[in-house]
Amino acid sequence: MAASRRTRSGGKEESGTPQAKRFEPDELEHLYRSMLVIRRFEEKAGQLYGMGLIGGFCHLYIGQEAVVVGLQKLARPGDSIVTSYRDHGHMLAAGMDPKGVMAELTGRAGGYSRGKGGSMHMFSREKGFFGGHGIVGAQVPVGTGLAFAHKYREDGGICMCYLGDGAVNQGQVYESFNMAALWGLPIVYIIENNKYGMGTSVERASAPGDLCQRGAAYGIPGKSVNGMNVLDVIEHCAEAVEHVRAGKGPYLLDLKTYRYRGHSMSDPAKYRTKEEVSKMRSESDPIDQLKTRLLDQGVFDENHLKDIDKQVKGIIGEAAEFAQQSPEPDPSELWTDVLVDA
Amino acid sequence: MPTQILMPALSPTMEEGTLARWMKKEGDTISAGDVIAEIETDKATMEFEAVDEGTLGKILIPDGTEGVKVNQPIGLLLEEGEDESALEEAAKAGQSGGSGNESGGGASDGEADSAPKTAPAAPKSGPAQPPVPSSGNHGAQPDADEPTYDSFKRQTVREALRDAMAEEMRADPDVFVMGEEVAQYEGAYKVTQGLLSEFGDKRVIDTPITEMGFAGLGVGAAFARLKPVVEFMTFNFSMQALDQIINSAAKTLYMAGGQMGCPMVFRGPNGAAARVAAQHSQCYASWYAHVPGLKVISPWSAADAKGLLKAAIRDPNPVVFLEHEILYGQTFDVPDVEDFVLPIGKAKVERVGSDVTLVAFSRMVGHCMAAAETLAEQGIEAEVINLRTLRPLDTATLLKSVRKTNRVVTVEEGWPFAGIGAEIGQICMEQAFDWLDAPVTRVTGADVPMPYAANLEKLALPQPEHVVEAARAVCYRSQA
Repeated sequence: MAASRRTRSGGKEESGTPQAKRFEPDELEHLYRSMLVIRRFEEKAGQLYGMGLIGGFCHLYIGQEAVVVGLQKLARPGDSIVTSYRDHGHMLAAGMDPKGVMAELTGRAGGYSRGKGGSMHMFSREKGFFGGHGIVGAQVPVGTGLAFAHKYREDGGICMCYLGDGAVNQGQVYESFNMAALWGLPIVYIIENNKYGMGTSVERASAPGDLCQRGAAYGIPGKSVNGMNVLDVIEHCAEAVEHVRAGKGPYLLDLKTYRYRGHSMSDPAKYRTKEEVSKMRSESDPIDQLKTRLLDQGVFDENHLKDIDKQVKGIIGEAAEFAQQSPEPDPSELWTDVLVDA
Repeated sequence: MPTQILMPALSPTMEEGTLARWMKKEGDTISAGDVIAEIETDKATMEFEAVDEGTLGKILIPDGTEGVKVNQPIGLLLEEGEDESALEEAAKAGQSGGSGNESGGGASDGEADSAPKTAPAAPKSGPAQPPVPSSGNHGAQPDADEPTYDSFKRQTVREALRDAMAEEMRADPDVFVMGEEVAQYEGAYKVTQGLLSEFGDKRVIDTPITEMGFAGLGVGAAFARLKPVVEFMTFNFSMQALDQIINSAAKTLYMAGGQMGCPMVFRGPNGAAARVAAQHSQCYASWYAHVPGLKVISPWSAADAKGLLKAAIRDPNPVVFLEHEILYGQTFDVPDVEDFVLPIGKAKVERVGSDVTLVAFSRMVGHCMAAAETLAEQGIEAEVINLRTLRPLDTATLLKSVRKTNRVVTVEEGWPFAGIGAEIGQICMEQAFDWLDAPVTRVTGADVPMPYAANLEKLALPQPEHVVEAARAVCYRSQA
């Protein structure tokens, strides 16, 4: 038993060539569409930011789509999700309405937080999405508490707790690991390792060693997974999710991914080369990879994928339209929701 | 119709920028994601990527143009199938602007020297704020205690802070700077620009994102008599480190019977920037000012910033130094003397007046100066006190003014309950009760977490017109 709780992959990144044909066509279509919705949503958000319709900080998820789409494929209704401020993709993957998310970005009454939270602070109890947190690492104990509640209630749910590679050096992450392991809490800790915590590369911020082994001292098994390929994500993360769902305690995943854009809209990203970004874009893009595979294996033809593109463009266009037409919150909203009336 | 390419907003505080360089020529094909131009914002040079596909039909704003307003059309994009005749049509159609609703503007409530934007739900439109006065030599000569200077240089608050650190680092090899993105990135808000290249990575240190860790590490280094300047990317993140600041830094001298001082500075932007919402828009003035064993400084002008940061670094105690992101880009006169240092614990009368005392710190001093101009037009002469230091508070300057004007309005961005204004009101009660002709009145941030929506954010923050109203009320003037 003890052995099975040790790090399994020894830090080697798990990737392989899962056969697209193992998935049903409708599943593959769902994956493709979900990633595309996030990509187009984020491009539109960037555009609206440029027009001054979105303010403050806006952290785009472009490039990382396979991580959340793959992992949420493994989630079930009743699970809970929590993440940091790079959260638009998670909300869309959790099934939240792009209109409500976009309208929150523009700070309008039709947004999920009625315009009061903005890009970094959005929630949906209905979809089990518990934020959207602006402080690096703060979501990790919170996610551990969500897992605690699943176990307490014996509701069969688990928590998918996402954190960035920058967050792994916050002390509260390890306080959480200890409690989760000690009490066998049902939580998957998912490091979205996009190589840079703002402008600082993982190598400059974290002592040498694989991030997936950061739970080893607590007996938390860990695994590194190629996060640029959605089928890899599903295939190689399934074991972790099963482990947690079977009541064997927490699991730590290190998803190797990449963000194409700056840390936020105001980051010129001078800390990496253009070549590095364009190499990732041209060789490892999650959407292109799936598209190529679907076409090569004859799952869909070009026209079918074009239709999906068109539909997605329509969905995002509607969301952007809604986000601009929705009124600003009523001034009285300033004073509501500070406390629950009791 | 060709699509207008609009000048993008590329930072939360950007209202205009320089179109540094087009990366595409007229006639070039553009795909989504292509870099089409380089834009200089208030913080950095950014690449502007295309979202739409097409051909760059016309460049409307040439390379090197400064002061291009956000959302101003800078070029025209021809869609597939459109040719140049479409450009002529566009010219005839005139400027239709973006499809956006302006009231959602991102860079709202930017620099204090721009007129407040009229958001739909704003209180009655306020007075246009006058340019920020220079700190040493404006109209009504302020403070007799303040030395006068002959020459000044124009500097932003950002530059003044950087110079203060650099001068102290040159003078004392024990001074070092650490924090998130302070070295290679040169500061998330570019306050530490140039320090790495001058002082090297032994003294300008990028930390992991680990506030409790590096704040505590700074305390330990200070116990060992180094002089750390610990930057919090924003003071919102200092809450992660609160235990180290209060339990370790502030209390140890006392607990050690005077043996073990903690000569260090915790600095960074405090308060609300623009549209960054509840978890990034909080004023910590009253939190830290509550704690014995700390000194707490909150400068307004570039001169304050420079003189007080130098003093803070030299001070043998832990100093919390609360800056303001919106002020970083504002320019003031800074005395051009060698080693300009200001005393900690000394307020400055920025404007002399006889009818009412306006007391503020940080960005709200600018609001008070603007309000004072409006009040002067209405026959009310306001005295404006820039507190500069919150702990120890300069009660002498405050009381001297109260005994003259008999009326006090305090202004702060933070919440009202147990705020700095509450403390000032109590000091006036205790020490100047017989001189008061009206209740001490507070203008504060709304007692709610900071909302994100542009209209609500504006309602949550004190505006100059609120100061004017409060001043008129304590002077018993009816509504204008």
